[in-house]
Amino acid sequence: MTDIWQRLPTRGKILCLVLLAAAIAAPLVADRYLLSVLILVFYFAYLGQAWNLLMGFAGQLSLGHALYLGLGAYTATALWTLFGIGPWIGVFVAIPVAAAAGMVVGWLGWRFAIEGVYFALLTIAFAEFTRIGFDHLQITGASAGMFLSVNSPGSDKWWNLGGGPLLYYYLAFILAAAATLLVARLRRSPLGYRWLAVREDPEAARAAGIDIFRAKMIAMLISAGMTAVGGVFYGFYYRNLFPSQVFDIGRSIEIIMAPIIGGLGTVFGPVVGAVLLTPLGESLTALMQHFGVNTPGAKSIFYGLTLMVIITLQPSGVWPWLARKLGLDNRPRP
Amino acid sequence: MTEHKTESNTGHNTALLAVAGISKRFRGLAAVSHVSFEVRPGEIFAVIGPNGAGKTTLFNMIAGAFAPDEGSITFAGERIEGLRSDQIARRGIGRTFQLVRPFPALTVEDNVIIGALMQTKTVHDAEKIARDILARLDLLDKRAQIASSLTLPDRKRLEVARALATGPRLLLLDEVMAGLRPTETDRIVATLRDLNRDGVTILLIEHVMRAVTALASRILVLHHGAAIAEGDPEHVLRDPAVVESYLGAESL
Amino acid sequence: MTAITLNIIVQGILTGLVYGLMALGLSVIFGVMRVVNFAHGEFTVVAMYAAFLLFDMLGVSPLLSLLPIAAAFFFLGYVLQRALVEPFISRAEHEQFILLVGLATVVVNGLLLIFGPDAHPINLPYSFDSYTIGPMFIDKVRVFAALGALAICVALFLFFRYTRTGTAIRACADNLTGAGVVGLNVKQLYAVTFGLGFACIGAAGTLMATIADASPGLAPAYTLLAFVIVIIGGLGSMAGALVGGVLIGISEALAGFYIQPSMKSMFSFALLIIVLVLRPQGLMGRRL
Ligand SMILES: Nc1ncnc2c1ncn2[C@@H]1O[C@H](COP(=O)(O)OP(=O)(O)OP(=O)(O)O)[C@@H](O)[C@H]1O
Ligand SMILES: [Mg+2]
Repeated sequence: MTDIWQRLPTRGKILCLVLLAAAIAAPLVADRYLLSVLILVFYFAYLGQAWNLLMGFAGQLSLGHALYLGLGAYTATALWTLFGIGPWIGVFVAIPVAAAAGMVVGWLGWRFAIEGVYFALLTIAFAEFTRIGFDHLQITGASAGMFLSVNSPGSDKWWNLGGGPLLYYYLAFILAAAATLLVARLRRSPLGYRWLAVREDPEAARAAGIDIFRAKMIAMLISAGMTAVGGVFYGFYYRNLFPSQVFDIGRSIEIIMAPIIGGLGTVFGPVVGAVLLTPLGESLTALMQHFGVNTPGAKSIFYGLTLMVIITLQPSGVWPWLARKLGLDNRPRP
Repeated sequence: MTEHKTESNTGHNTALLAVAGISKRFRGLAAVSHVSFEVRPGEIFAVIGPNGAGKTTLFNMIAGAFAPDEGSITFAGERIEGLRSDQIARRGIGRTFQLVRPFPALTVEDNVIIGALMQTKTVHDAEKIARDILARLDLLDKRAQIASSLTLPDRKRLEVARALATGPRLLLLDEVMAGLRPTETDRIVATLRDLNRDGVTILLIEHVMRAVTALASRILVLHHGAAIAEGDPEHVLRDPAVVESYLGAESL
Repeated sequence: MTAITLNIIVQGILTGLVYGLMALGLSVIFGVMRVVNFAHGEFTVVAMYAAFLLFDMLGVSPLLSLLPIAAAFFFLGYVLQRALVEPFISRAEHEQFILLVGLATVVVNGLLLIFGPDAHPINLPYSFDSYTIGPMFIDKVRVFAALGALAICVALFLFFRYTRTGTAIRACADNLTGAGVVGLNVKQLYAVTFGLGFACIGAAGTLMATIADASPGLAPAYTLLAFVIVIIGGLGSMAGALVGGVLIGISEALAGFYIQPSMKSMFSFALLIIVLVLRPQGLMGRRL
C-alpha cells in the first residue's frame, strides 16, 4: 500500500487527498439530487474497476457483466425477502454465486480457445440465457420482478441496507475507493503483471512461464465477484429487480462505458470515466425533463455516440491524456 | 554425413537436453524429420542451416509451442514433449522468438519483470533481477521506454533479457544476432559467453557464422528438416555436405 | 413423429432460411474483413421498418420492395464501411467491436425514438392464409419469405463463384497481402463486401417483416440470433450460415410450441454452448 502511495508524484498525492476530503465532505453541501448523482458516479466507478480488471488488464472482452451484476442482486435480494438473511451476509453468498458463473463462462470459452470477439459473444449469450431463465423463475417473481419495501426516510437501518441516501452515498464511495485501491495493488502484483502479459501477447506470456488459462480464470473470478457486490448494492439501492432490466445487454454496456471513456487498463480510468460520464448523462436527462421531452432512447443515443467518438478519436481514453496534462504521469524516468 | 557422436560421448544421464528422433510435418511438408541430438550441461550448442531448414520448428517443439509428431524430448531427466509451453518454461527452458514479440505496450522494465516473476514471488525482487539483466544487456537507460518504440536490435536484446529473466537452465536463442551491426554482435557474443560462464546452457540458432564459431562448442546442421552433420565446429564447417548445402550458398 | 411435430419443423425450416440469410450477411462481412458487425440485428430491424413504411404509406408489398430495399442497404453498407469502419480495419479487435456496439446503441434507440416501442405488423391480404399439404398447414407468407431468402442466397453464391468481383473478394479473404500484391483494390472490395452484407440484411429484414412484427426490441435479439447461427454454422462459411439458420429455426419452433415461446432463445443458446464445446469451429467451419 505504501508502495503505491510513494509512486505518486507530490502533485498527485495532494490531488488525491483533496478529492478524498471533498468526497467525504460532499453530503454536507450536496442536496438530495446531487447526492443521487454522486452515488451513481461511485457506483459506475466501482463496476468499471471490476470490468476493467478483466478487459483492461487481462485483455478479455466481456459484454455480459450484467450476468454477474444480476446474479449478485438477485441472490442478496432473494435471501433477504425470502429468508430474512441480510445483505451483509447475503453478499458473501452473492460473490461465490457470480464467481462460479464467471468460472463456467471462462472455462467454456478459454478451454475451447474461444478468444476475443467470440468470447465477447459467449458472454452475451450467457447473460441473455440467464435473463430468460429468470424471466421464468417463479421464486424470484419471474418477469414481474422482485421488490423490497420502500425506505422510510430517516431510518438508517444500516444492517439491512434500508437507510436513506447518506448510507448509500458512503457505501458507494467506500466501494469505489476500495476497488481503486485493490486494482492499484493488483496492478503492481505478480498477478497484475501476468495479466498484462496475457493481454499483450499470450504466446510470449506462455514462454515466460505464465499459465494463461489460469491467469484469465483468476481475473474472471475477481471481476465477477466484485461485480456481484455491485449487484447487491443495485438491488438494495433501487429496491426492485426485473430480469429484463438487470440482465439486459444495455446494463452490460453501461458498465463498460466508464473504463473505456476513462482509459482501459489504467487504475484511475474507470473513476475519471464515471466522473465525466454520469453527470453528463444525468444533465441530459434533466435538460430533457426541463423542456418536457420524454424520450426513452435519448440517453442511450448519447452513450452510443460517445462510445463511437471516443473510440475513434481517443481509443486509449481520457485519463492517460489528462494525466500527462496534469503532470501526474508516474512512469519511472530514465 | 558426419558420425552422430552423441551416443558414444554422452550418456543419457549427463545430457541436459536430449532430443531423440523428433519429427514435425505441416500439411505433408516435413519441416523436421527424425532429428536427434544432446546438449550437455554448461555448453553452447549451435543449430545452423539454410532458410526453411526447420530450425525454428525444432525450437518450437522443444519449447512446447507445439508437440512433435514423433520422438521424445528429455530435459534434465524428464520427458517434456507434449507439455504446454508455460510448463516447459517453468521447468527451466527460456526462449526467444525469431520474430521478436515483446509485450508492446509495456515498458522495457515491465517486460523483463514479467520474465523475472517466474523466479521470484515478489515484484520487489523481480525488479532487482530485471535491473541486473537490463544492465547486462545495455538496456538499463532505456528501461522506461515503451517496448514497441524500440529499434529492432534493442527489441532483440529485450527478447533475450526477458528470456534470461526467467532464470533458465537452458536458453534457446533464435537468431538474436540477425540484423545487428558487427560491434553489436560482438557485444552480444561477449554477454552470452559471460552468461554461459555463470552456468547457463545455451542452444542457439544463428546465421552469423562469426558468432557461431566464437561461441559454439558443438554444431548441428539441419537441411530440409534432417540433421546432416553434428560435431565440433572445425569438423562440421569443413564437412563437404555442409559446405555444399549451406555455407556455399550463404557465400561467407 | 406426429404430424403436428412435422408441421412445426417445416415451419421452423422456412423461418430458419430467413434467419440464415440474415446470418449470411454477418458471415460474409466477417469472412472477408474479420470484422464482427455488432449492429447486425439493429439494421435488420431498420429494414423491417423500411418494408413496413413502404407497405403502410404506399401500399407496396414487401415482395416487391425486397430488391429496392436490398439495393438501398447495399449503398448504406458501402457508405458505412467507407466512412466509419475503414479506419478501424487495422485497429484492435475490441476497438472495432466497441465502435459497432456504439453504432448499434444509436440505431436501436433511434428506432425507439422515432417509432416508439410498439410492434408494427404488415397485414397482407394473405397474411393468415396457409397451404394444406397432407396433414400440415404451412403459412403462405412463410413460404414466400423462405423462397425469397433462398433465391437471394443462391444469387450470392453465384456472385462469389462466377463474377470477377466475387472471385477478387474471395482472394482478399484468403490472402490479404497477396491480394494487395496482385493489384486488387482492397479498400474498394471491402466496401463492396460490407455492402453485400448489408444487402443480405436489407433483404432478410424485408422478408422478416412479413412473418414478424417490426419493433425496436427485436434488434438486440436478432444481433444475438445472427451470432448464434453463424457460430453454430461456422464463422466465414456461407453454407454454414444457412445450415445454422435452419437449425435455429427448427429449435425455436419446437421450443416455442412444446415449451414456451418466451423461452425459445434459451434453447438456441444451449445449442450454441453445445456446439462450442463439441466443435468450436462450428458445424461447417474449418478447423482453426
Ligand atoms: N506453423 C507452420 N505452419 C506451416 N508451415 C510451417 C509452420 N512453421 C514452419 N513451417 C514451414 O516449415 C519449414 C521450416 O520452417 P522453419 O521456420 O523451422 O525454418 P528455419 O530453419 O527456422 O528458417 P529461417 O532460417 O528462415 O528462420 C518451412 O518450409 C516453413 O514454411
Ligand atoms: Mg527460423
